[in-house]
Amino acid sequence: MTTHQDPAVRAAAGSGPAEPHAAVAPPAGTAAAGRHSGPAPAIDWTDGVDTVQRATTTGDELQPYAELGLRDDEYDRIRHILGRRPTQAELAMYSIMWSEHCSYKSSKVHLRQFGEKAPPSDRLLAGIGENAGVVRVSDTLAVTFKVESHNHPSFVEPYQGAATGVGGIVRDILAMGARPVAVMDPLRFGAADHPDTARVLPGVVAGVGGYGNCLGLPNIGGELVFDPCYQGNPLLNALCLGVLPVDRLQKKDAAGPGNIVVLLGAKTGRDGIGGVSVLASATFDEGSEQRRPSVQVGDPFIEKLLIEACLELYDAELVVGIQDLGGAGLTCALTETAASAGTGMRVWLERVPLREPSMEPHEILASESQERMLLVVTPDKLEPVLKTAEKWGVLATAIGEVTAPAPDGRPGRLLVTWNDHVVVDVPPGSLVDDGPVYARPMREPADLILLQADRAETLPRPSTPEALRETLLRMIASPNLADKTWVTEQYDRYVLGNTVLAQPEDSGVIRIDEQSGLGVALSVDGNGRYARLNPYQGTKLALAEAYRNVAVTGAKPIAVTNCLNFGSPEDPGVMWQFAEAVRGLADGCLELGIPVTGGNVSFYNQTGAAAIHPTPVVGVLGVLDNVADRVPMGFVPRTGGDHDQLFLLGDTHVELSGSEWAWVTHEHLGGMPPQVDLGRERQLAELMAEAARVGHLSSAHDLSDGGLAQSLVESCLRRGVGARIGVPERFADGSLPFVFLFSESAGRVLVTVPRGHEKAFTALCDERAVPWEQIGVTDPASGALDVHGQFRIGLDELRAAHTATLPRLFGGPEAAQVQVEAVRTGTTTIAPATAGQPVDVPDRQQPADADDPAGEVVAAPTTAAPVSGGPVPGGPETGTAPDASADSTPAPDAPTGTTPAQAPSGADDAPTAGGQGTDVPTAGSTPQAGADDAAASGAGDGDGQRPTPDQR
Amino acid sequence: MTARVGVVTFPGSLDDGDAARAVRIAGAEPVRLWHGDPELHGVDAVVLPGGFSYGDYLRCGAIARFAPVMETLVDAARGGLPVLGICNGFQILCEAHLLPGALTRNQHLHFRNRDQGLRVESVGTAWTNTFQSGQEILIPVKNGEGCYVADTATLDALEAEGRVVARYVGGNPNGSQRDIAAITNAAGNVVGIMPHPEHAVEALTGPSLDGLGFFTSVLKHLVGTPA
Repeated sequence: MTTHQDPAVRAAAGSGPAEPHAAVAPPAGTAAAGRHSGPAPAIDWTDGVDTVQRATTTGDELQPYAELGLRDDEYDRIRHILGRRPTQAELAMYSIMWSEHCSYKSSKVHLRQFGEKAPPSDRLLAGIGENAGVVRVSDTLAVTFKVESHNHPSFVEPYQGAATGVGGIVRDILAMGARPVAVMDPLRFGAADHPDTARVLPGVVAGVGGYGNCLGLPNIGGELVFDPCYQGNPLLNALCLGVLPVDRLQKKDAAGPGNIVVLLGAKTGRDGIGGVSVLASATFDEGSEQRRPSVQVGDPFIEKLLIEACLELYDAELVVGIQDLGGAGLTCALTETAASAGTGMRVWLERVPLREPSMEPHEILASESQERMLLVVTPDKLEPVLKTAEKWGVLATAIGEVTAPAPDGRPGRLLVTWNDHVVVDVPPGSLVDDGPVYARPMREPADLILLQADRAETLPRPSTPEALRETLLRMIASPNLADKTWVTEQYDRYVLGNTVLAQPEDSGVIRIDEQSGLGVALSVDGNGRYARLNPYQGTKLALAEAYRNVAVTGAKPIAVTNCLNFGSPEDPGVMWQFAEAVRGLADGCLELGIPVTGGNVSFYNQTGAAAIHPTPVVGVLGVLDNVADRVPMGFVPRTGGDHDQLFLLGDTHVELSGSEWAWVTHEHLGGMPPQVDLGRERQLAELMAEAARVGHLSSAHDLSDGGLAQSLVESCLRRGVGARIGVPERFADGSLPFVFLFSESAGRVLVTVPRGHEKAFTALCDERAVPWEQIGVTDPASGALDVHGQFRIGLDELRAAHTATLPRLFGGPEAAQVQVEAVRTGTTTIAPATAGQPVDVPDRQQPADADDPAGEVVAAPTTAAPVSGGPVPGGPETGTAPDASADSTPAPDAPTGTTPAQAPSGADDAPTAGGQGTDVPTAGSTPQAGADDAAASGAGDGDGQRPTPDQR
Repeated sequence: MTARVGVVTFPGSLDDGDAARAVRIAGAEPVRLWHGDPELHGVDAVVLPGGFSYGDYLRCGAIARFAPVMETLVDAARGGLPVLGICNGFQILCEAHLLPGALTRNQHLHFRNRDQGLRVESVGTAWTNTFQSGQEILIPVKNGEGCYVADTATLDALEAEGRVVARYVGGNPNGSQRDIAAITNAAGNVVGIMPHPEHAVEALTGPSLDGLGFFTSVLKHLVGTPA
């Protein structure tokens, strides 16, 4: 690649003085023609360009606005704004900028709560409305993070969809002035054993890895969730973390009339022109067939160079404003930068370096070619900017200049010419801020009451030691709980050398200052089943889990990001779920005292009438003053018969509805999700931070999907250290040992405390009013997990069951061997969860037999739970460790570190074979779906990579 | 005076910062070298770091091998300058014919990142002289094209001449022939290794401190070599 030199520059500077006046905006409409200085209409015709002048003289020409997803009243509004019909290019621009994904027209009214309910924070340097939120973590350093979705493209073209999803969020972070330092990838797929999952998953994981690895960004965590509701709509969410000196924060304002507008990065091609392609085919042009939009193809190498080039530009203070190009491409970048500064802009479109010379103005403006940034630089800085770009081998081209607002103070206009034809003349703000806003009808889904009444607490539970043992082995082998190493092995977690914790740990922890040891912890979590049962509570639970995952590492949670994945907003039921979820997140953040700094909404994750479970994915960021204090999840190997004390913090209730057990064992989804007490979560977090700081903890692991059993197994397998557990007396009878092991009550953490620290630690718990109970001890010598009086399972058998599932499901060279081993141990039962299952699970549930929906079983313990100690009346303040002599079958320590267990919140997946897609993609008949299909084909994208500010 | 160890940055280099950190922790002064600058700035040794130089869009290392800095480096290496090629750096050394054989796509076709056991077999090189022969170490491996291949004669020669620096133990992560993880040239000053010693130099961020030995070795070597 070469860097464009002087010609373009001089042209820009030279023609600058002459042009600006032309660009200064007289009233729209009639004046437009007057201002047009291009050739005569006749020539317009021969050029086949729809100019502003043509538009003024052919006002009645039919335009395909409906096909572009614009409603009649929206189209009329555009005509009113312009005082004439829009040109082809202008129509394309409005249709994109006013689309659901750019304008947030359906979600805006709800998302306002994030601002309105935001707790005061002196850390927030940039919040909602920017490319990504920026929070101060020290006097000199700030971090920025955000999660976005790229769902539809990833379904149609898994590898490129996922790759460009990562690339998009990374540019958002880069645009804030930060160096991207880590990524995470919450992934959701259909049934694990569905053929189409075998098509989508391998590509998605390879795409996430291929792009992230080549960018040199460690992947420090994520999620891997299988559920039939995602069969036709897999979810690829991508999170990126960036670090910047507080004084390097960048703005997107195209400030300073006379400043040069520079396009930096890849050439512009016909990548995912999306809905706009409809335009092409609607013109009278025979060539339109050859203009089909192509799928976006990511080039991580260019993006890596783009990152280095931008960081060098920032440090040399050569940039006035910067904006990344993602969804809506140039259209969005030009209008946003101008609108946010109130200035105008004059752009010579023919200067945009093209991959395909035959591209027309509206295609250039709508193209979503990857790896591009828009810079605003002062004329005197242009030379050094071009030199820096050349050093890194990145294309840099001056394509326009900033123009002044109108004399009367009105914002300037965006004037775009193409070979001297004025093809766009609009007020930038009209595309960015004046988009339509809808308060769409909302209605609680009709089936919800029956669904909530159908409680999992009424399902038959295992009540014998044998059944319990079998249940545990089946649970840890089920796709959602199984070890994710097979996937995360495909991600580089070491690059940059600052990864302190990565998946399968509860949070990823990154050191951001080698001198002080300052670092941040990040976790992303969501639970679609909980949210389906109760969107408000389910969203709070997602927030609580991410918050807890950060807290257990010893970090102090300070900020929140989110990615809201939902069905069609035109479905009142979905809209109600969305409203409830947003209300839950806003209320939850207020209760926890941490602000939402940004996020992203993805609608239309729906196939026909079947929407996905409402899936709010919440990311929480925390600060560690010294990463050396971080607390890992694995039990610690000790020599000489030494061991740690095992404590369970928080209350355990009979809460099985929406649980992994209910799904795996009974394919059941119903009832109410676990209660969530954010006040308690906050106390817990403060306790963990304090305990970590003073060194009371040798390990800590959050309890979530799969309950205590899952956490025990993961903590044992992490470093090959066994444990002996005593079931508290009040859980001794009937199926209560099962409840103790598999209930998914929130607000619980499993911690190990080195000998000598017990008293100080439990005193701290009482001080913070956090219920605690000693449930056992680690047993480094035993090589087994022993639940006293119930069962004893060797770590090797646990590991075989836990690690065999994904390789067996998704093939790969190791699959064979692992499978053999697994079969030998006889623990590869596939959970029912992997059986193909219609999306409308609830409708298939039997209405609950008339029995108290509240569930006295669930309610009783809480109401009577003492502030500290056991949750159940009569429960002992402290459980006693089982008699050490109870078990003493010595076994060799299991090998450490070879195949670590995986936390539920920690990963993703990848196989090799490719099946054929059998599902219909996203809602194809609805207007916005047009945009979403475009997204699917790599274009507009209902989600992901939007450069426009989120959640204004 | 402290030794000055150059770390080359190509477009697409990713672990250059990590290599420089490892050099620093080992007690030497890291000197950043630029692919476009043929000048080696008088460094005492050079590390070619991991990454995806030039996107690895042709063959890994095939383009980097022609970078201006390589012309100088190849001559210097032939003259005895200690050079360590890690991952992509190993691939570049093979493409530059400073080392025999080639690194091809992992047999299982997946990128793989794991903590990998190695057995150090040749401790006579400039980069492994602080290890014990047969010593087993644990350092991260992370590559998509780390499968070492060479013709039988070359493999036999490497083994006969004690030029197999390290082999994979506890599982071969990429299908490399004869479990080869690292090799050296005849003189022992040029070493190519697929796993990443620079990621195992701090207890906080690595699986061990075993990687440090490669960097302290070159310092020991330099002290022994009259400048």
